[in-house]
Amino acid sequence: MKFKAAVIALFLGLLIWLGLNGSLGREVLITGIIVTVITSFFYIGSGVFRDVHLTPRALIALIAWIIVFLIELVKSNIDVMSRVVTPKVRINPAIVQVKTKLRSRLGRLALANSITLTPGTLTADIVDDTLFIHWIDASTVDIDEATRKIVEKFEKHLEVLFG
Amino acid sequence: MEIVGSILVLIGSLIFFLSALGVIRMPDVYNRIQTGTKATTLGTIFVLTGIAFLSPGWIPKLVILLIFIILTNPVSSHVVARAAHFNKEPMSPLTTCDKMDEAEE
Repeated sequence: MKFKAAVIALFLGLLIWLGLNGSLGREVLITGIIVTVITSFFYIGSGVFRDVHLTPRALIALIAWIIVFLIELVKSNIDVMSRVVTPKVRINPAIVQVKTKLRSRLGRLALANSITLTPGTLTADIVDDTLFIHWIDASTVDIDEATRKIVEKFEKHLEVLFG
Repeated sequence: MEIVGSILVLIGSLIFFLSALGVIRMPDVYNRIQTGTKATTLGTIFVLTGIAFLSPGWIPKLVILLIFIILTNPVSSHVVARAAHFNKEPMSPLTTCDKMDEAEE
C-alpha cells in the first residue's frame, strides 16, 4: 500500500508526458520513463491517492460516473441557455444545505466538482460532510430532499470509486 | 472532416456567446458564476473536439487540455462563490433561502 501513490503518479505522469509529446519515439519514451520514475519516488508513502480504489468495480464506476457527468453537463447547459434567452429571467435561487456520505477528501472534491457542473447548482462551501449549494431554481430547501435531488446520482458511483 | 470540425467550433462559440449574455443578464454574482462555469466548460469541450477534427495530430494534447479544464474550472468557481459569500456580497432579492448564512451564526 505504501507504493500505491507512487505507482499511480508514475502512470499518470507517463501518460501526460506521452500525450503532450504525441509520439512514441525511443528518445521521448526513455526520457519520460526516467523523469517519471524519479518524480514518483517523491510519492512513496504519500497519502494523496490513498482513497482511490483500484478494482474492476471501481473502473466500471468511473466509466458510469463519466457518462452520467457528461449527460448532466449537456442538460445543465440547455437549462442555463434557456434561462438566459427567455425575455424575463426566471430564477428562484437559494443556498441549500446537503449531506454527503463520502468520507475521503478526493471523493468530496470530485462530488463538489460534479455538482458545480450539473443543472443549476454551484457548490459554495464544504464543511465536513455538509455542502452548501447555490441552486438557481430551488424547488426545496429541505436537507434530505435536496440531498436526494442533487447528490445521489453521483454519490453512488463515487462511493465505489473513492469510498 | 473539416466541415464537421468547423460546425463543432461554431457550436462551441455560440455556447460561449450565450454564457457571456448570461453573465450580463443574471441579477447577482452567484447566478453569474452559474452561467459562467457551465457554459464555458461545455463550450470548451465543443471547441476542442472541433479542433480535434480539424487536425487529428493534436488529439492527445487536446484530451489532456480538456481534462485539466474540466478539473480546474469548477474549483475556481467554488473559490469565487465562497469568497463572495464571505465578503457578504448582496444576493438578488429573489433569493428565497440562505442556509450558509444561518450556519455561520
